[in-house]
Amino acid sequence: MRNLWLFFLRYYAFFLFLALEAIAIVLMVNNNSYHRASYFNSTNTMSAEIYKYVSNARSFFNLQLINDSLSKENARLRNLLLSSPYSNKVNKVTIEDSSMWRYSYIEAKVINNSVNKRNNYLTIDRGSLHGIKEKMGVICGNGIVGTVKDVSKHFSTVISFLHKDSYVSAQLNSSKEFGSLVWDGLNPKFAYLKDIPTHVKVKVGDSVSTTGFSQKYPKEIFIGRVIKCDLNSGDNFYNIKIALSTNFSTLRYVYIVEDNFAEEINSIEMKEVEK
Amino acid sequence: MIKLFLSNSIRFIVLALLQIIVFNNIGLYNMVNPYLYVLFILLLPLETPMYLLLTISFIMGLCIDIFSNTGGIHAGASTLVAFVRPLILLIITPRGGYEHQPVPNLRNMGIQWFLTYSTVLVLIHHLLLFQLEVFRINEFLITFTRSILSTIFTLLLIFISQYLTGSSQKRA
Repeated sequence: MRNLWLFFLRYYAFFLFLALEAIAIVLMVNNNSYHRASYFNSTNTMSAEIYKYVSNARSFFNLQLINDSLSKENARLRNLLLSSPYSNKVNKVTIEDSSMWRYSYIEAKVINNSVNKRNNYLTIDRGSLHGIKEKMGVICGNGIVGTVKDVSKHFSTVISFLHKDSYVSAQLNSSKEFGSLVWDGLNPKFAYLKDIPTHVKVKVGDSVSTTGFSQKYPKEIFIGRVIKCDLNSGDNFYNIKIALSTNFSTLRYVYIVEDNFAEEINSIEMKEVEK
Repeated sequence: MIKLFLSNSIRFIVLALLQIIVFNNIGLYNMVNPYLYVLFILLLPLETPMYLLLTISFIMGLCIDIFSNTGGIHAGASTLVAFVRPLILLIITPRGGYEHQPVPNLRNMGIQWFLTYSTVLVLIHHLLLFQLEVFRINEFLITFTRSILSTIFTLLLIFISQYLTGSSQKRA
């Protein structure tokens, strides 16, 4: 027993090193999974406050840009209003039940954001107090942003689409063929659409939008346009390069998508899995 | 002793804040991310006991992790740097040893020694850090390139900061 103690004492640095590395690996693994809560992130009060302070100082410099993008979005939404298009048809839309609204949106301000890493995260100033839950989708005026990861009382972190584990179900609007959208980690302006079979006709300039298959994003949210379409010899699927419509580096205001049917859909989908 | 403690605490806070607020937002073409906070581990006094060296480096890494939502990758990489530091110091001992040199900085040790010392440690840190961040074999080469380029950039920042603070660290 004494020898054992002496052994530990002699090589204590090595054992301490192993212990600390083990803690680091546990934290890393916890961070990579949705199912385990991680406590060491920027939703804690101190770091969120620091980020809030910095973002307030910084927002001063691009107010003009934010105003421009917000007014553009307003114009787009006005065009979508029922009263905007001229139509001879008379149709009655009655909504009797408020639960008929499938999606509701919570607005939030981005207080920290990065685009230059392989895995990027955002911190937003809304939390469980405002009704935000894990795995909700996040969009902005121009396109998709990401998925909520950790939620504290007042703040949440969002896994940006610019992350190695992001897969978004996306479709080509011309043919309605769908595949998954991934980011290769090299340029925050471009992404790749995988799994589109070669018999589909893809044109440069085709628009790409969300499918609405997951509960994260409503369907037909604009994602971007095709700018290049390659086919490696022997492949069954295209390699399509997409120019993203979201400008991640100037993101200031985002909307969190709340799917009011999420629980219902999940419960029947779980039944299918169990079978 | 108290002076040493104070100067290191201040360096800890300044480098952590610089990393979080400034350098985390700097990137060139998604290939270069500087991590200047490693300088804190490089500049810890030579007589720092091993347990303190490992623990402080771990805490430094964890602080960066908390702010950049990266779990434990900075903590892991920093702890490795702290663990191999005494070994590197042993290998590149200058002629005559480290007599009366409390802090291994550019001014005390000379440019050639400090360049070797910082290159080896920063390279080890960045190689592990970027591989842990991506954690994917089929992107190994691009991640490797990323860590080499970032090492060059971090070293550049380390040397600039060493020259900028050179006069004030005469006493430290």
